[in-house]
Amino acid sequence: MELFDNLALGFVTASTLWNLLFCLVGVLLGTLIGVLPGIGATATIAMLLPVTFQIGDPVSSLIMLAGIYYGAQYGGSTTAILINMPGESSSAVTAIDGYQMARKGRAGAALATAALGSFFAGTVATFLVALFAPPLTKIALQFGSAEYFSLMVVGLVSSIALAHGSVIKALAMVVLGLLLGLVGSDIFEGTPRFTLGIREFADGLNFVAVAVGVFGVAEILRNLENEHDRSVMIRKVTGLMPTREDFRRMAAPVLRGTGLGSVLGILPGGGAILASFASYTLEKRVARNPEEFGKGAIEGVAGPESANNAAAQTSFIPMLTLGIPANPVMALMIGAMIIQGIVPGPDVAAERPALFWGLIASMWIGNLMLIVLNLPLIGLWVRLLTVPYQVLFPAIMAFSAIGVYSVKSSAWDLYSVAFFGFFGYVLAKLRCEPAPLLLGFVLGPLFEENLRRAMILSRGDPSIFVTRPISAILLLAAALVLVVVLLPSVRKKREEVFVEEDA
Amino acid sequence: MNKLSIDPTNGACGAIFVAAGLFFGYQSLGQEIGTAFRMGPGYFPLVLAAILILLGAIIAIQATRVAGEPIGAIAWRGMFFILPAPIFFGLTVRGLGFVPALFFTALIAAFASQRMRPGTALIVALVLTIFSTIVFSYALGLPFQRFGPWLSWVGA
Repeated sequence: MELFDNLALGFVTASTLWNLLFCLVGVLLGTLIGVLPGIGATATIAMLLPVTFQIGDPVSSLIMLAGIYYGAQYGGSTTAILINMPGESSSAVTAIDGYQMARKGRAGAALATAALGSFFAGTVATFLVALFAPPLTKIALQFGSAEYFSLMVVGLVSSIALAHGSVIKALAMVVLGLLLGLVGSDIFEGTPRFTLGIREFADGLNFVAVAVGVFGVAEILRNLENEHDRSVMIRKVTGLMPTREDFRRMAAPVLRGTGLGSVLGILPGGGAILASFASYTLEKRVARNPEEFGKGAIEGVAGPESANNAAAQTSFIPMLTLGIPANPVMALMIGAMIIQGIVPGPDVAAERPALFWGLIASMWIGNLMLIVLNLPLIGLWVRLLTVPYQVLFPAIMAFSAIGVYSVKSSAWDLYSVAFFGFFGYVLAKLRCEPAPLLLGFVLGPLFEENLRRAMILSRGDPSIFVTRPISAILLLAAALVLVVVLLPSVRKKREEVFVEEDA
Repeated sequence: MNKLSIDPTNGACGAIFVAAGLFFGYQSLGQEIGTAFRMGPGYFPLVLAAILILLGAIIAIQATRVAGEPIGAIAWRGMFFILPAPIFFGLTVRGLGFVPALFFTALIAAFASQRMRPGTALIVALVLTIFSTIVFSYALGLPFQRFGPWLSWVGA
């Protein structure tokens, strides 16, 4: 069968010593930054992006970057359970019941539940990626400019729907992101636009600099607003093995979380955060003991942890098949491909099967490594939590500076980091989410190119976007999402959801 | 009827979007606009800028009606030290070279925390510099000059 041939190729690629090493480095780094609050996967990947160029082999660098992403989901739950603080935003929900379990002396069981649930979800989701990516690729190969344009509209609109807070602000952030993405030479005529006469901006603003500024630097500034101590309650974790009763209670939530997470991960703009939250709500609703939630219910750990890991894996599907990022991390992965000279999109699977399948296979290997890393080595990660933040952030700043400068040795990129750090911080203070801006920034040039190409093909007739069936369906979907988000009842519910998540 | 009061968070937010829209819109007008059939370099950004101004205006108008959340604490000290750090690195990495530029960058950034003591900051910056020089310069072989021309008189 073709699927097994492909998977075999993937495992052969992923299990070369070199690639195993990069996978290990990736998941180690991912766990590390996942455990440490205040530094997320997005900022880390942004910093390491230029370094991956030095690795040379695109397969190895993508394997490593992917490892950081899903590794961070594992690490984040450790912090959530032990100090009631999400190491990653997607593990915010885990903190609710996980921390309560830890207070009752069941930290070991909670950590094991999170790890085993994540491993199961990761395995299933990896298989789903392998199963669904090829047929989607075939559909995507028939896409013309109009379809691509409409698809990007869906992606951008979804990122708005899933951002926190005001819909209209998120919409404005997307538009601003698109405009920032247009800085640089015009693709058709080569005239410089919005460069303010600065020659270094002719190729556009550096994506890494913008990402590091908006996510990394702005995040550090926010953490510096109120400095307070983290108290690590548990220094020694015992009783890792869940009891038979625990296994019985976590089986169904893990299955439901995996299913829910897999579906939500594929949605553009969605991903791990939404998945873990939706799973928690679902578990609370179907549970026979809803009053136990919030007081240390194992279901409240098992479900969301499976869901966020499943979503982290399946969010690779739109990136691999269509070249469309479902979230900022996937946007960075696309950036990594472009740095390596690979054009993201449906051609990747056909032209570089080793890369495509190697990456998929490495995710399963990486998940296996993670469970080994997380359970026996838990003591090491716990000790890491005692590192004070004032030691951490100078390191983050130093690595960011090196990372950004190494892209093309341009001092202007470092000035951009400072500018976008400031800008991102101001916008964050004004309750504007950075994710839609970054998505708009990445898609800006592609969006314009496809729009202009489609309009040339139709001789200036905009009806091309609705007369071509796939394009029309996509636009309809986008309109539907927008209408639903703006409906008063949904709006209210959505506000409740995000308020609860922030708490 | 209502007293005109503007919510500072949303008011400032709307103003920023309008200002950004005006900037991009004005710049686009300097470009060839073209037609919907053959769009010039200015067409698409002009449309986007108009949308951005509109959205900014809506946010600003809403600010007069609904009071939002307060802005909260602002990391003045953080901004004062964190933001200059990458700029300093950009200005000096060629002249001073990778090693000293990185040391001072980390040192500047370290002072952003109120809890940082000078001694600790020096140690943190020193350890970071040694670590980064080994990893990035020697192990990964990034093509940076370790000590730049400004320091040539030291004989390094």
